[in-house]
Amino acid sequence: MSGNTELSALFDRGYEHGFVTDIESDTIAAGLDESVVRLISARKREPKFLLDWRLRAFAHWRQMREPHWAHLHYPPIDYQAISYFSAPKPRGDAPKSLADVDPKLLETYAKLGVPLHERARLAGVAVDAVFDSVSVATTFKSRLAEAGVVFCPFSEAVHSHPELLEQYLGSVVPYTDNFYATLNCAVFSDGSFVYVPPGVRCPMELSTYFRINAANTGQFERTLIIADAGSHVSYLEGCTAPMRDENQLHAAVVELVALDDAQIKYSTVQNWYPGDAEGRGGIFNFVTKRGECRGRNSRISWTQVETGSAITWKYPGCVLRGENSVGEFYSVATANNHQQADTGTKMIHIGANSRSTIVSKGISAGHGQNTYRGLVKIMPSAHGARNFTRCDSLLLGSQCGAHTFPYLESRNALATVEHEASTSRISEDQLFYCQQRGLGPEDAVNMIVSGFCREVFKELPMEFAVEAQNLLAVTLEGAVG
Amino acid sequence: MNAPLLQIDDLRVSVAGTAVLHGVSLTVRAGEVHAIMGPNGSGKSTLAHVLAGRPGYTITGGAVRFDGTDLLAMAPEERARAGLFLGFQYPVEIAGVNNAYLLKAALNARRRQRGEAEIDAFDFLNMVRAKMRVMQIDEALLTRGVNEGFSGGEKKRNEILQMLVLEPRLAVLDETDSGLDIDALKVVGRGINTLRSPDRAVALVTHYQRLLDHVVPDQVHVLARGRIVRSGDRELALELERRGYDWLLEAAAAVA
Repeated sequence: MSGNTELSALFDRGYEHGFVTDIESDTIAAGLDESVVRLISARKREPKFLLDWRLRAFAHWRQMREPHWAHLHYPPIDYQAISYFSAPKPRGDAPKSLADVDPKLLETYAKLGVPLHERARLAGVAVDAVFDSVSVATTFKSRLAEAGVVFCPFSEAVHSHPELLEQYLGSVVPYTDNFYATLNCAVFSDGSFVYVPPGVRCPMELSTYFRINAANTGQFERTLIIADAGSHVSYLEGCTAPMRDENQLHAAVVELVALDDAQIKYSTVQNWYPGDAEGRGGIFNFVTKRGECRGRNSRISWTQVETGSAITWKYPGCVLRGENSVGEFYSVATANNHQQADTGTKMIHIGANSRSTIVSKGISAGHGQNTYRGLVKIMPSAHGARNFTRCDSLLLGSQCGAHTFPYLESRNALATVEHEASTSRISEDQLFYCQQRGLGPEDAVNMIVSGFCREVFKELPMEFAVEAQNLLAVTLEGAVG
Repeated sequence: MNAPLLQIDDLRVSVAGTAVLHGVSLTVRAGEVHAIMGPNGSGKSTLAHVLAGRPGYTITGGAVRFDGTDLLAMAPEERARAGLFLGFQYPVEIAGVNNAYLLKAALNARRRQRGEAEIDAFDFLNMVRAKMRVMQIDEALLTRGVNEGFSGGEKKRNEILQMLVLEPRLAVLDETDSGLDIDALKVVGRGINTLRSPDRAVALVTHYQRLLDHVVPDQVHVLARGRIVRSGDRELALELERRGYDWLLEAAAAVA
């Protein structure tokens, strides 16, 4: 097709968030041993139960081996070359208000479009901004407090709600779960904590922007969200990281617990630095996300738009323990240039009449490799369980790949499981049709890709659906060939 | 007589190394309706696609001017914005892309070209609804994916709807009549006639003369083996209906 060269020439607006904020960081020297784990815990003045838990995880991690079953190729990670803690140095004391926060930091957030100040109120968004490892600004805590909702940095919850942490931490993702999650348990630095009391509908969307800034710093944040009986909460995380030639490790853990009749909607827009066009640099994103529908009629819904990272390894899943509980997974994952994504979900049906829906949209471009890997497991107790899975792949160009690995284990004859899959290309016919109606090739591609992703985008909170669509447009700009 | 809107001079085109058009010349003036007829494989659709700038064709000779400018130098979307519309023989499905969304994006692209502001959403909807009634298209199709799950007839009527909304200067309709039943043909014919005006032109690419009962052409051309072998008025189409194409093909072969 003659338009190809022109299309390629349009490629690459580049990574818009690749700036480095020049602030003094307080970083522990690279390397990992028990003393580092103790140091992190001591810095945060953690109670003994938490230190003990970290140490048990660390001891366990030392026995574990890095997994290599995913369809991913990357150089070995030297875990001793990483610094496990980095905090922006406070000027004097810790910031008490936004006025105390380093203006450069605020500038960074402005560039990212994080709505602080009044913008946040207008947008109805409360932001718990995590900068490297320490939360520096938390907004709207008071309005949430009126509703009884706890939304704070993880390190604060350690002191304000230790009893909730002790009860729920590690109850969905145990410290023995997997190599990266176990590492996170040992060295996690901060993250977000949410507790929604019985019967409360959280009055606003909760949102956290994560950002990796310091070079050679792994980021190991942890999020724990507890929706008590009959409560309802929607949470969005957005991620961005600066441009660097070396790879950076990101190994987060997210745990969700939904009790009777509770609902949690967790949306992710992941835009970590993907590396350059030749595959240099970029984030290694090894993330464990799991929710447990512990109560009857509970519902957990994961929606993710994964456009960034050099490597993505994540399988947000649901343990459907409660009767009539519902798990949902809606995903758009893109792999452009040399990006590799191995992502999907796990739906574990335990409760009777539990239901799950999986909709996965994979987009591959350039040399990108995109893999859907999903497990649907129906336990003997899950009478009447139902699952519906649909995996669609869209290829842009001839050098990328799409792979689908659906695993199904049904141990209950009364369960219903459906699976549909498709792979397609943006056809020249579609492109030409749009151009003939006056759209430029880029707009045409964006429109076709958005159409492909529509089922997932409509699950995102409104204000983020637009952002996700724009992000996708930037990520795939001109990636047709 | 009006200045030529479309002027094709000795156009030669090949596809994958095989010559398909061997020197086609044609002049279409504003206000005129031309019918381009011919047997299968004569190059009719190639001509329509080349005018719209579809990739995959090599221009080996000749020139095409649209409203005085070099059409072949323009990108497909530039041709569209300048007012050249192609009604597709096989309109493509685009899953998940709202029909109204594409239509509005297309209209705004055209308006920007003319230096006009984007159309107000309310005005757009009213205008489109009125034109849908002309084309007897169910309003529900507006919110469906582009051509997604449309019947053959719905797709063709949707093409004409797009044409009516975009109000092109030149509409090239590639076998819009194929696969239509009698009633749908009447509706499509009415739609095309709605567009007729002294400053617009229509080129109907068709296999049969039955559409010409509804849209009466000013000129009829017969394309065969990559050449225009005969031009005439409406009578020529009726003669083709009676005699078929063979007598013209034989005559063309004798000349060649």
